[in-house]
Amino acid sequence: MAKQAQDFANRPDNTAFTQQRLPAWQPMLSAGIVIPGFVLIGLAFIGIGVALLVTSQSIQVFEMDYTGVGNNHPCFHCSDPKPKPCVCKLNFTIDFFLKGPVFFYYGLSNYFQNYRKYSVSKDDDQLSGNLKNFESPSDTCSPYQRDNNKPIVPCGSIANSMFNDTFKLYQNVNATMKPVPFDGKGIAWWTDYNIKYRNPDTTPLRNAFNNTVKPIFWPVPAYELDPKDPANNGFINQNFLVWMRTAALPDFRKLYARINDPPYAEGLPAGSYMLEIQYNYPVLAFGGTKKVVFSNVSWMGGKNDFLGIAYLVIGTLCVLMSIVMLIVYAKFKFPEED
Amino acid sequence: MGTHVSTLRTLITRYCVGEENWVDSRTIYIGHKEPPPGAEAFIQQRFPDNRIVSSKYTFWNFVPKNMFEQFRRVANFYFLIIFLVQLMIDTPTSPITSGLPLFFVITVTAIKQGYEDWLRHKADNSVNQCPVHVVQHGKVVRKQSRKLRVGDVVLMKEDETFPCDLILLSSSRDDGTCFVTTASLDGESSHKVCVHSVCARCVCVCVCVWLASFESLSLLQTYYAVEDTRAYNTEKEVDCIHATIECEQPQPDLYKFVGRINIYMDSEPVARPLGSENLLLRGATLKNTEYIYAVAIYTGMETKMALNYQSKTQKRSAVEKSMNAFLVVYLCILICKAFVNTLLKYVWQASPDRDEPWYNNRTDTERQRHIVVRVFTDFLAFMVLFNYIIPVSMYVTVEMQKFLGSYFIMWDDEMFDEELGERAVVNTSDLNEELGQVEYVFTDKTGTLTENNMEFIECCVDGHVYVPHAICNGQVLPGAIGMDMIDTSPGPGAREHEELFFRALCLCHTVQVKEEETVDGIKHGIHQGKSTSFYISSSPDEVALVEGMTRLGFTYLRLKDSHMEILNREDEIERFQLLEVLTFDSVRRRMSVIVRDSSGELYLFCKGADSSIFPRVVSGKVDEVRARVEHNAVEGLRTLCVAYRHLSPEQYEEVCHMLNGAKLALQDRDKRLAEAYDVIEKDLILLGATAVEDRLQEKAADTIESLHKAGMKVWVLTGDKMETAAATCYASKLFHRNTQILELTTKRTEEQSLHDVLFDLSRTVLRQHGGMTRDSFSGLSGDCTDYGLIIDGATLSAVMRPTQEDYKEIFLDICRNCSAVLCCRMAPLQKAQIVKLIKASEEHPITLAVGDGANDVSMILEAHVGIGIMGKEGRQAVRNSDYAIPKFKHLKKMLLVHGHYYYIRISELVQYFFYKNVCFIFPQFIYQFFCGFSQQPLYDTAYLTLYNISFTSLPILLYSLIEQHINMDILRKDPSLYRDIAKNSLLRWPIFIYWTLLGVYDALVMFFGAYFLFNNTTFTSNGQLMTANTQMMFGNWTFGTLIFTVLVFTVTFKLALDTHYWTWINHFVIWGSLVFFVVFSLLWGGIIWPFLNYQRMYYVFMQMLSSGPAWLSIILLIAASLLPDVLKKVICRTLWPTTTERIQNADKVYEGQLSEFTPLASLHAPSKAGSHRRGSGSRRNAPNPRRSEPFSKKTMFTRWQRAPDYSTFAPLLRFADGSRWPKQGRGEAGPGTSV
Repeated sequence: MAKQAQDFANRPDNTAFTQQRLPAWQPMLSAGIVIPGFVLIGLAFIGIGVALLVTSQSIQVFEMDYTGVGNNHPCFHCSDPKPKPCVCKLNFTIDFFLKGPVFFYYGLSNYFQNYRKYSVSKDDDQLSGNLKNFESPSDTCSPYQRDNNKPIVPCGSIANSMFNDTFKLYQNVNATMKPVPFDGKGIAWWTDYNIKYRNPDTTPLRNAFNNTVKPIFWPVPAYELDPKDPANNGFINQNFLVWMRTAALPDFRKLYARINDPPYAEGLPAGSYMLEIQYNYPVLAFGGTKKVVFSNVSWMGGKNDFLGIAYLVIGTLCVLMSIVMLIVYAKFKFPEED
Repeated sequence: MGTHVSTLRTLITRYCVGEENWVDSRTIYIGHKEPPPGAEAFIQQRFPDNRIVSSKYTFWNFVPKNMFEQFRRVANFYFLIIFLVQLMIDTPTSPITSGLPLFFVITVTAIKQGYEDWLRHKADNSVNQCPVHVVQHGKVVRKQSRKLRVGDVVLMKEDETFPCDLILLSSSRDDGTCFVTTASLDGESSHKVCVHSVCARCVCVCVCVWLASFESLSLLQTYYAVEDTRAYNTEKEVDCIHATIECEQPQPDLYKFVGRINIYMDSEPVARPLGSENLLLRGATLKNTEYIYAVAIYTGMETKMALNYQSKTQKRSAVEKSMNAFLVVYLCILICKAFVNTLLKYVWQASPDRDEPWYNNRTDTERQRHIVVRVFTDFLAFMVLFNYIIPVSMYVTVEMQKFLGSYFIMWDDEMFDEELGERAVVNTSDLNEELGQVEYVFTDKTGTLTENNMEFIECCVDGHVYVPHAICNGQVLPGAIGMDMIDTSPGPGAREHEELFFRALCLCHTVQVKEEETVDGIKHGIHQGKSTSFYISSSPDEVALVEGMTRLGFTYLRLKDSHMEILNREDEIERFQLLEVLTFDSVRRRMSVIVRDSSGELYLFCKGADSSIFPRVVSGKVDEVRARVEHNAVEGLRTLCVAYRHLSPEQYEEVCHMLNGAKLALQDRDKRLAEAYDVIEKDLILLGATAVEDRLQEKAADTIESLHKAGMKVWVLTGDKMETAAATCYASKLFHRNTQILELTTKRTEEQSLHDVLFDLSRTVLRQHGGMTRDSFSGLSGDCTDYGLIIDGATLSAVMRPTQEDYKEIFLDICRNCSAVLCCRMAPLQKAQIVKLIKASEEHPITLAVGDGANDVSMILEAHVGIGIMGKEGRQAVRNSDYAIPKFKHLKKMLLVHGHYYYIRISELVQYFFYKNVCFIFPQFIYQFFCGFSQQPLYDTAYLTLYNISFTSLPILLYSLIEQHINMDILRKDPSLYRDIAKNSLLRWPIFIYWTLLGVYDALVMFFGAYFLFNNTTFTSNGQLMTANTQMMFGNWTFGTLIFTVLVFTVTFKLALDTHYWTWINHFVIWGSLVFFVVFSLLWGGIIWPFLNYQRMYYVFMQMLSSGPAWLSIILLIAASLLPDVLKKVICRTLWPTTTERIQNADKVYEGQLSEFTPLASLHAPSKAGSHRRGSGSRRNAPNPRRSEPFSKKTMFTRWQRAPDYSTFAPLLRFADGSRWPKQGRGEAGPGTSV
């Protein structure tokens, strides 16, 4: 009896799991499943690709380089860093109706916002309005942590190198320059504007900045970034927020403003325009270029043929491969299945 | 051979004890009494105390020592270095990313080791402190065990465990014997556990006993007190003993001991020999004896058991070796990446506007740093950035896979043996996958292939055959006296021989009668209840013989006062005085006893293998007996010959003199004893022979056949004689009828020189196999002959002689071409030698040794995988093995199913791990080209840390635990599937490179997919486009997160594509970990985490998900990444299917019913399967739709054979091919024993 009980004690549990006999679905990548699957996926991808490509084609983009390379370029005189401030005027013609809402970007190339030391050179605590970090900015901001022993606010390379060209657009209507209103609001992430970046509660805002200095390259302190709209100052200035979201790649565009106020809410009519640029930002020193872009968007964002083409390519590949597989399958499988 | 043994022993000795300043012998003063004046001057030697230390650490040195031990592992050291680098220099990633996992791994390991060591401490303490009764000044005093000193006289009571090595002085039994169970020494655990033996066994776990020359170990052994001290059996008397013991210094061989005791009785010292029969070993337990007195001679760490503490050498599996090779490659890749990036960084920075653009000035300290320091720091920083390519988690996952995976072996109900009540045991989980790689199987015969359940079949006296008709199973049946004379009735002269023969068998043995057996508290003597008493011996053969004698009318009753009592046919008790026992050894292969019968006549009875008896026989009916012996041997019976010799009193005097001289020698005692035995055992008169049957184990033949089909070569290594072993081999289908047997035996080498024989054989073999590639299914390709080789021990040692290297080569060549090899007459060490020889041959095949006895231990330890059978011969083999199974038949499932599964599981695990880390790190490497080589990490810290730990770890772990690419029943039924994974085929370099390239491809797709989406385009969110008020820009963290999302999904889907066995757990874990990733990302980005000093991930994931193009591109990139792999799979499966895939297809066609049929029939013509095939006829032709119907089988297979190359059933064809599949019933037809 005792022996029997011992046997039972030593006997392994006889469950489906311990015996490795759990019920299982055993799919197989056989040609029978994969070929129709590939055809379906391929067709779906081709469909998406076509849709994307059509949409992308419908997006209108108007781009101008204004680095000022070459004597003929209206901005050539500004490309030399010495005389400041410098204003250059770009005249251009849009041949087609640029359907609204139109987005206005500036673009930089060969600019490494993703440089490791650069991209960490900011103080998130300071930017969230923590006054302690106004007095002593984080070490990550170095070498733009202090200027003459006074804390820099906002500190760090990113803030210091904020893009500071400004643009004004005029439409040439019967030789009169009719300004096209730029809307600089709502171009940053909602969370950045409302939660992540915060100005100190001090009123007026400038008092919070006592005993601090503005970033070295800035012409104006942070609380005077937007003279027209007091709510757009400090760390929640929209252009500042856009700049602070560092770009992934060395050639990038950033949104400057939207054109969505009447009478241009429907778009920019064809005609000649003049862009007045306050040229401050030096790019030739590191071999970069600057440009401005007018573009509208669709449901899939800005103009990007790549996604559509990629979908088409992959979709076509799928279909092609399914045909290849079908041939292989037909040649080698069917006699046997007969 | 002798030289081999001694060399090995010297080596062991040297290894275990160290050779430094050995005094040849030690002198022990019993009870610490000085010898009487006049005896040689003595210097008290210093001996260690009796403290046993098995623990590795103390409280103080645990942390440093354990850390040291752990960081000696290359992987841990590597991660430590990375961590330290991260701490020291300004690196792109936080030290937490590598420190946390490392800390986790180290802590877990340390806790585990600490706990184990704590247990050892506890065991040590309880051993060291357990009380011992010591005789001091005529009184019994209690002492702590650790305070015991050499020379102390100890009183041991029944069921106590010996605290050190003792010499037995006297016992409560009149004859001065005591019984000891070596339970904790050889691991047999069925006895009562006394307080001390618990700890003793704990200590024992790591004992590895090297048994060189013992065939087996008994459960209960008798030890003898020294004759002259036997009478001193009270503490007072014991205290009076005045004696010294001279003995050799401690040495690890448990069963060797030489010593001498000098007893000073009346100032005249008497010298007596001491041998291992007087030595009680630490850890053994006293049984059946009320008390004994004994003197301590070896204490503490000098006891034989402590000298045997030796951890088994760590075996490494082939997979682990491949893994290490891959690791080295990845390490090189890592260093190359870091180097290339560092180089490019400085090339790129050569132009000043790039080195330090105005927007990104360096700090002054950075500027002042020396260029070399900067380069070096950059290099290290790149190393740190890319170090995730070799993840800590791979080691953890592999360890967990092995550890958890081994439970499936232990849990396997099919490997549970109801008879024994045992299940499979895993001692080393490191070798699970090695079970799927075995190429050579070395198996013991007795107890492994056979049951080791000896049954007396017949005996033959002078050519007359006697067969007991009452068959009984290991029990002495009362009153079963009777026999059938098969042959002629013997004449009167023969009658005398017959009785002498029976008496000889009753006397010439070392069997003990277990006199008392407690049944329900009542003690039964042998007279009252014979059925409750039984014989015990170290050799089952002897028991079988003595039991057989009982059935033939002569019952051995007991050994009492050196008199053996026999109950003869007339129910009279005959008494023989046992004078000498010339014990059995495997070199002589015989044993003898010298007895004096009641009339004073002296006899020497000798029993042994025919080869060792016949040359010593001078008269008797040799030819008749030899004929019978050979006949029996061919039948597969174990035969022994019995002979006797009359001794005159003068001859006996001479014998006594020689034996005593040899026994007293301290030097070369074995040699001198052997010489003495050689002289004594001569001029014998042959009486007859016995035959004992050892049945084949259940399904042994089936198992061997399966192993053969699986492409393994099975070698039988046995100590038995050639004919017996060959018969077993036929019965177990190791040899088939059409197997051409090649003999390499002494018989042949006597005719021809070894050289010629070897060359002859190799010519024969190579002629046949010359044109064949080794990988082709040698068993399948036509009618080529199978070769079987038989070699015996003597010839083997001639072949292995170190001077003749080329013999070895030829021998290996021959062996390689033989499907089966039988090595008979093997000494235990030769078994290990053979394994070693094969292991060291140029292909380095994976070997597996399976055995049940102590004599297999050396082989089990030597082979890559050692498997112990839980047989009758103690637990030696089981404890030294890597895996233990109850029966030989379980080997089939172990290898074909578990081994196969573990191999494919772990190979996928290894490859997948490298793959997913290439996918993970390669984009980060490419990103360096777009961020000015600034070591900018592509992914957030949390992602870097958790990628291997949580996002992608569980699915692969689960896969590596429960994946079944083929149903296990099919695996078992079609052993040839094992060939698909042979030679580490899933971890070869091409496959590894394929995985790596796939990883690189995926990485390129992911990175450049995202790159083209981001580059110079307005990759924007449109989530709020309806209100047309925002259009957001995505920064670098969104870029990384997008790639990371694609990455996690891609590698998980890749695993999902590879998973063939989707249980609910797979679904749960695979989809679960993806869900976890998403939830984690939402959470990680959804909150401003107060403990982080940066908030770079804030809302990044949500913003990305709110963008339509992001979704589209994620889908696109995942599809593009998986596309080539799916394509490759489908094309390969269709064009060049492996056997595995064919079977999978077939299984699919049959909707999983393939597994429901028995091996032969099912794969031939499952009727349900037949119904799937139009016109296959199997249904119509088979009146009974069950299993195999030969005709329909034939029709089906002729149909399939039309396109054998592409047929899904190509592998199954071979079953249809009758010539390949041995006919059922061949076993019965062959010269096998009954099964």
